[in-house]
Amino acid sequence: MSFPWAEHYAPKHPVMRWLDEKLPLPRLVYSAVGPGYPVPRNLNYFWNFGILAGLALGIQIVSGIILAMHYAANGTVAFDSVEHIMRDVNSGWLIRYAHMNGASFFFIVVYIHIFRGLYYGSYKAPREMVWLLGVVIFLLMMATAFMGYVLPWGQMSFWGAQVITGFFSAIPVVGEPIREWLLGGFAPDNAALNRFFSLHYLLPFVIAGVIVLHIWSLHIPGSNNPTGVDVQGPQDTVPFHPYYTAKDGFGAGVFLVCYALLTFFAPNYLGHPDNYIPANPLSTPAHIVPEWYFLPFYAILKSFTFNFLWIPAKLWGVMAMFGSILLLFFLPWIDGSPVRSANYRPLYQKFFWILLVDVLILGYLGQAEVTPMVVLASQICAIYYFSHFLIILPIVSRIERPLPLPNSITESVLHGEAAEAAPIGLAAASH
Amino acid sequence: MSTITNAEDPNQRPAVIGEETDPHGEGVRRRDFINIAAVSFAGVGAVATVIPLINQMNPSADVLALAQIEVDISKIATGSAIKTVWRKQPVFIRNLTAKEIAEADAVPLSALRDPQTLEERTKPGKKNWLITLGVCTHLGCVPLGAGAGENKGPYGGYFCPCHGSQYDTAARIRGGPAPKNLVVPEYAFKSDTTVQIG
Amino acid sequence: MLARIFAPIVVGLGFVTALVFAILFTPHDAAQPNVVEEFHKDPKAIHYASDGPLGKFDRQQLQRGFQVYQEVCSACHSIRLVHFRDLEEIGFTKPEVKAIAKQYKIEQPSINPDTGEATTRKNLPSDPIPWNFANEIAARAANNNALPPDLSLMVKAREGGAPYIYSLLTGFAPVPANLPASNRPAPNLHYNPYFANLNIAMPPPLTADGQVEYSDGTKATVDQMARDVSAFLIWTAEPKLEARHRAGIGVVIFLLIATVLAYMSYRNIWAGKKH
Repeated sequence: MSFPWAEHYAPKHPVMRWLDEKLPLPRLVYSAVGPGYPVPRNLNYFWNFGILAGLALGIQIVSGIILAMHYAANGTVAFDSVEHIMRDVNSGWLIRYAHMNGASFFFIVVYIHIFRGLYYGSYKAPREMVWLLGVVIFLLMMATAFMGYVLPWGQMSFWGAQVITGFFSAIPVVGEPIREWLLGGFAPDNAALNRFFSLHYLLPFVIAGVIVLHIWSLHIPGSNNPTGVDVQGPQDTVPFHPYYTAKDGFGAGVFLVCYALLTFFAPNYLGHPDNYIPANPLSTPAHIVPEWYFLPFYAILKSFTFNFLWIPAKLWGVMAMFGSILLLFFLPWIDGSPVRSANYRPLYQKFFWILLVDVLILGYLGQAEVTPMVVLASQICAIYYFSHFLIILPIVSRIERPLPLPNSITESVLHGEAAEAAPIGLAAASH
Repeated sequence: MSTITNAEDPNQRPAVIGEETDPHGEGVRRRDFINIAAVSFAGVGAVATVIPLINQMNPSADVLALAQIEVDISKIATGSAIKTVWRKQPVFIRNLTAKEIAEADAVPLSALRDPQTLEERTKPGKKNWLITLGVCTHLGCVPLGAGAGENKGPYGGYFCPCHGSQYDTAARIRGGPAPKNLVVPEYAFKSDTTVQIG
Repeated sequence: MLARIFAPIVVGLGFVTALVFAILFTPHDAAQPNVVEEFHKDPKAIHYASDGPLGKFDRQQLQRGFQVYQEVCSACHSIRLVHFRDLEEIGFTKPEVKAIAKQYKIEQPSINPDTGEATTRKNLPSDPIPWNFANEIAARAANNNALPPDLSLMVKAREGGAPYIYSLLTGFAPVPANLPASNRPAPNLHYNPYFANLNIAMPPPLTADGQVEYSDGTKATVDQMARDVSAFLIWTAEPKLEARHRAGIGVVIFLLIATVLAYMSYRNIWAGKKH
C-alpha cells in the first residue's frame, strides 16, 4: 500500500515466519500502524486525534460491555439497575462514570478531528472516501450516543427519546407511523428501551467496522499533512512506528489525564440533574436539552420558526438539522479549490474561523432558554452555517488566489516553516 | 532506496540522507531507559485498569448482604422434611426418626468417604434436626428425598438423579460420584420451633 | 461544472431564505421582565467536608444527618435506594445497623406466609429503608396531593446540589409585600425564594432549635440540622464519593508521570529529526 519505499515486513523468527504464511495478521498491523506505513514527517498535534478517537471507542466498548452485565433494559427496573451499578457492583461507579464521560470525550476528540479535516482540506481528492466514511462514523456515533442516553431511563432519557423520535413525525403522511414503528408504541416504553439497548450494543461494533474502512481508504493515498502538499519522496516521510506511535503515546497521556480529571472529580459536570429523576411520562422537565455534543444541531432545529412556502416550520427545522450534517457528504465536491491547507488559502481561512466561532455560539444557544433574543441569534448563526458550506465555499474556492505553496514537505520543514504548518493564530502563540 | 530503517529496533532511528543523525552516542543508554520506562508505565497502567474490570464480576454488595432467613420448623413431622431457599439455594430441613438416627450412628467412620458423625452435623441436643444444603456435592443438582414420596436411594437419605450419588440418613455420601457430604450451612436455633439460617 | 457551483448555492439559498423569513415574521419583542427571576435567590455558599478533590465525609455529621432524616424528613420522604446495610459506611457497626433496622419505626411490607395477606415485618440490614407510605397515591393523599419526592438522589437531581437543599430548608420566609398577586402562594403552598417557582408545597420542616436531640452534644440549631441533613443527602446520592476521590488522586498522579515519560520518549525518538 501507499508508497513504494514503505518498509516491508520481514519476520526473522521462524514462528513469526510460520504465522505470516498461515495468517499474515502481523504483516497487516505492520503496514497499517507499524514501521510499514510511511507518514509525512511534518504532522502537528492535530493529527493525534484520529488515534485518540479510536482509543475513546475502545474505552466505550470495554466499559459498555461491562455495564451490560449489570444493566436491565426494562422500564420498571432500568433506573434502579443503574443505581445498583453505582452503589453495589464492585467498582461499578467507576465503570459507569467512565462510560458516561467517555461518550463526551469521544465527541470532543471527534469534533477536533473533523475541524482538523476542514482546516487542512483532508476531505479533498484523493481522500474523499476517507471523509465520506468519517461522516458515516459521525452519524453512527450520534445514533449510538442518543440511544445510550435513553438507557438510564431518567427524565432526560425519556423526554429525549420522546423529542428525538418526534423529529420523524415531521415527515408528511408517513411520519407518525414511522415514529410509532421506531418506538414500538405511542410513547417511549419497554419496547423502545429494549430495542435501543440492543442497537446501542450493536452500533459500536458497526462503527469499529467502518473505522477499519476509514483507515483502509486513508492508507491508499496516505495521510494528509499541514502543508497539504503531496508527498514526493522518502525524504518527506517517516515510518509510523516508532515516530508517530511515540507522539500518539504522548497524546494519549494528555487525553487520559483530562478524561480522568473529569471522571473522578466532576463526573456529573457535563450531565444534567434531571436524569437523576426516574422517567415520568406525565411530567416534562422545565428545561429539556440534549447532551452538549448535540447542542449546535439542536439550536439549528429551534431556529426555524416560520412556515415558509408550503413546508411547515417543524419540517424545516428537522430538514435543516439533518441537512446541516448531511451536507458534509458533499463537501469534497462543493469546495473546488485545488489547494488543501487553509494556511495557503487566506480567504477560506477567515471563513473557517468564523464557522468555528459560529458553531460554538450555536452550541451555547442550543442550551439557552428560549427567549426572543436567543431565537434571533440562533437564526443568524444558522444562516451563517448554511451559507458557509453551501454559498460561500463554492464561490470562495473559485475566486480565491492561494498563496504560493512550498515545493515539498521537506523544503517546508527544512526552511523552518513549521510555523506555516500550524493553524494561524496557534502558530503565532508558539513563536 | 534512501531510507535505512530497522523495524525491529525502535531505538535505531531511520536515518534519512541529507540529515544529521544523533551526534551524542553516549546518550543512547539513557534514551533506551526512557523508552523502556514509558512502555513499562503504559503496561503497568493497563494491568491496573484490568483489576476493577475483573473484580466487577464478583458478587455485588446486595448479593453478599442477602438476608438471613428464619424458618418455622414446628410443622415438620418426624420422618418428613421441607425444602426452603437460602441465598438462592435449596436447603433441606429434616426431622429424623429414631430409626434413622440409629442407622446413621451404626455406620463406622472408616466406611465413609467423607468421615463425619451425625453429632458433628447437628446441634447439641437437636440430633433429630438435620439441616443441609440441597446441592449435590458432585455437580450441583438438587437430590431427591426431601419431598414426600421421593426416591431416598439405597441408604434412606437422599438420591441425586443426575449422576446417581447416594446419601445416607445423615446426608453423608455413601455411593456414586459425589466427593463430599451434603454441606451443613451456618445456622442456629432461635427457639425450639425457629431456626435462623445464615 | 456549473452545476457543482450552483446546486449547493440553490439549496443553501433555500435554507437561508426560510431563516430570513423566520426572522422577519417572528415577533422579537423585548423579553418580559420575569417576576420569578426577580425574587428567586441562588443557593447560599456553604462548605462541606466532602467538597473538593480531597474531600472526605464527616461521619459524625452524616450520622446526625441520618437522625434528622429519621426524625423529621422520613415522615413524608423516602430514601428508597439506601439500604440499612449501607449505614455501616457512615460509621455504624454491624450490630448497631442490625439494631437500627430492627427498631426502625416503619416496618418492611411483607406477606403472611400462612394466609398470603399483606402484612409488615421488622427490617433486616439487607432491606431498603422503607417509606412511610404504601404507594404514591397514599403519599399524595396525605400531602394535599403533592408528592414528597424520594431523597436518595436529590443532591444530584437538583441544580445547586446540597447547598440548594440547605438553602431551601433554611430559606422559608414571609411573603414580600411587593410580590405580585399571581406569584403569591396558593393555599397549602409556602413562600421560599430558593425554590424554582417561589412557592413550595412542603411546609417548613425544621422549625425550632432543639427539634432533634443530638447524642454527640452538637447544638441542634435549625442551621445545624439543615447542614447535617444536606450532608447526609450528599452521601445518599454519592456513597462512593470517597473511593472516587482516593482512586482519582492515584490515577491522575500515575497518568501525569506516564505522560511526562511519554513526552520524553517522544522527544527522544524524534531527536535530530526536523519536523
